[in-house]
Amino acid sequence: MTKFIAWIDERLPVTKFVKNHLSEYYAPKNFNFFYFFGSLALFVFILQIITGIFLTINYKPDAASAFASVEYIMRDVEWGWLIRYMHSTGASFFFIVIYLHMLRALMYGSYKKPRELLWLFGMFIFVLLMAEAFMGYLLPWGQMSYWGAQVIISLFGAIPLIGESLALWIRGDYVISDATLNRFFAFHVIALPLLLFAVIYLHIAALHTVGSNNPDGVEIKANKNNDGVPVDGIPFHPYYTVKDIFGLAVFLTIFMFVVFFLPEFGGFFLEKDNFVPADPLKTPEHIVPVWYFTPFYAILRAVPDKLGGVIAMGLAIFVLFLMPWLDRCKVKSIRYRSISYKILLIAFIVSFIGLGYIGMKAPTYTLTLLGRIFTIIYFGFFILLYFISKNEKTKPVPERVTMHD
Amino acid sequence: MSDNNNSSNRRNFLTNLTKVMGGVGAVFAAIPFLSSMSPSEKTKMAGAPIEIDVSNIQPGAFKIVEWRGKPVWVVRRTPEMLEKIKNDVGYLADPNSNEENQPQYAQNKFRSVKPEYLVLLGVCTHLGCSPLYKPGQNKDLGLEWEGGFFCPCHGSKFDLSGRVFKGMPAPTNLEVPPYYFASDTKLIVGADEG
Repeated sequence: MTKFIAWIDERLPVTKFVKNHLSEYYAPKNFNFFYFFGSLALFVFILQIITGIFLTINYKPDAASAFASVEYIMRDVEWGWLIRYMHSTGASFFFIVIYLHMLRALMYGSYKKPRELLWLFGMFIFVLLMAEAFMGYLLPWGQMSYWGAQVIISLFGAIPLIGESLALWIRGDYVISDATLNRFFAFHVIALPLLLFAVIYLHIAALHTVGSNNPDGVEIKANKNNDGVPVDGIPFHPYYTVKDIFGLAVFLTIFMFVVFFLPEFGGFFLEKDNFVPADPLKTPEHIVPVWYFTPFYAILRAVPDKLGGVIAMGLAIFVLFLMPWLDRCKVKSIRYRSISYKILLIAFIVSFIGLGYIGMKAPTYTLTLLGRIFTIIYFGFFILLYFISKNEKTKPVPERVTMHD
Repeated sequence: MSDNNNSSNRRNFLTNLTKVMGGVGAVFAAIPFLSSMSPSEKTKMAGAPIEIDVSNIQPGAFKIVEWRGKPVWVVRRTPEMLEKIKNDVGYLADPNSNEENQPQYAQNKFRSVKPEYLVLLGVCTHLGCSPLYKPGQNKDLGLEWEGGFFCPCHGSKFDLSGRVFKGMPAPTNLEVPPYYFASDTKLIVGADEG
């Protein structure tokens, strides 16, 4: 066996790779609950790829047969229901995991120097993931698939001059049709997953170059022992592989419970209108995107102008890319930052959840007003952060992580 | 590397030229791929005009027909409904239809050739949902509501001529497709008369 590995190593440095990225890759020893979500996101990505492959085996990307082929998977294909519910539940859980992963970065300043590029790759993954989820949602060809896509693609129509031709080019038809379904299938199963794979690779490569941040926001590489090993670091394998496997077990318990007992999740994961085949001549009474898009959708609706709404929604995502430069505070972790930052972050989380709720509801006067207030808070977070973080009163940051013995 | 300035200049020039030509080639190579995503010839053909029989629409009733995959509405308005369509009201954003959302022959307060028949594209000008026909008064839609169209997606309201209310997400009045009456009961949608 040793000989065999030596033979391989001469031709491909596998042992070196394992050392560099697992057994001698040192991660801070003070990781907490929020550090489960990176590896969980990777797990869900692989799960989506595998379940997705098996779904394409029976799915038909054709407006005349797509809806029926999904029902066929659900009723007639052996275990088809399980594979499809894992895929549809996986989509929602992907966003739960990603949103918590991003919250972690906001709490502990994981986007700050030297991790700006790491954050940007992460944001690209987030945007790609939204496109991937949006296109995947058209494939069952239900009423909500159809009208949701109609609304989102029409957003491009709001762009001055080129908008209408751009929307026409994306749809490949004057309305959402077979042409649209076919191309969304192509993007959903091959183009976007390939891109996602590439950016996830870059995300992890950048992470392993700069090393993980931690809840104290201390750079462990600044404090190494004589062997060049960070004193506050522990090898990723076995310490964090074991931790992550435990996290995965808990995650799977919750995940499979939802798959088995609540796959529609009361209309949040699979909307009721989507059990009706797409009808281009009849809009459902109430169109809502799936829950993970509703915060941005609420921002779109809050602005009483078509182009303005589209711009606000785009900005709401774009402004996140700028976090490393908007937050000018040198201290990373919320543990040692001012009370102002804590209040700002809580207000931001409340507005994000509030917008998510409003985006699911039919537009009424009160909700529209509330949506506008939350939209102002959402953007206010970034504006105030820029000014507050300049001369923020912070607490002293310890030399080493707080639980180093 | 080079001890000869001339040859190094030549090399840089050739390298840059290769980069530029390669870039130009890549742009041209992208054209067929990007164009393949535009509507196909078959799709364009499906945009031909259609014929609608209006003899079976009762007064006050509403008919939906598909054209270019979009819903076309034909509403047969009663004299009472026509009376409710006024120009001098404060709640309409564009009462005179100044925005070009209709052929010239439909640029009047009834937004139609024959006031009795309203022909509209049933697609909200906001984000392309299909609004609902709500004739008659409706307290949920406000006191000024005299009947019209209500978009369930984002709450845009239109009057019985498809004119948008002020302060709605929809920026303009509903679109009137090109149409003409070939006879008293035969309506052609998708083409102008002539």
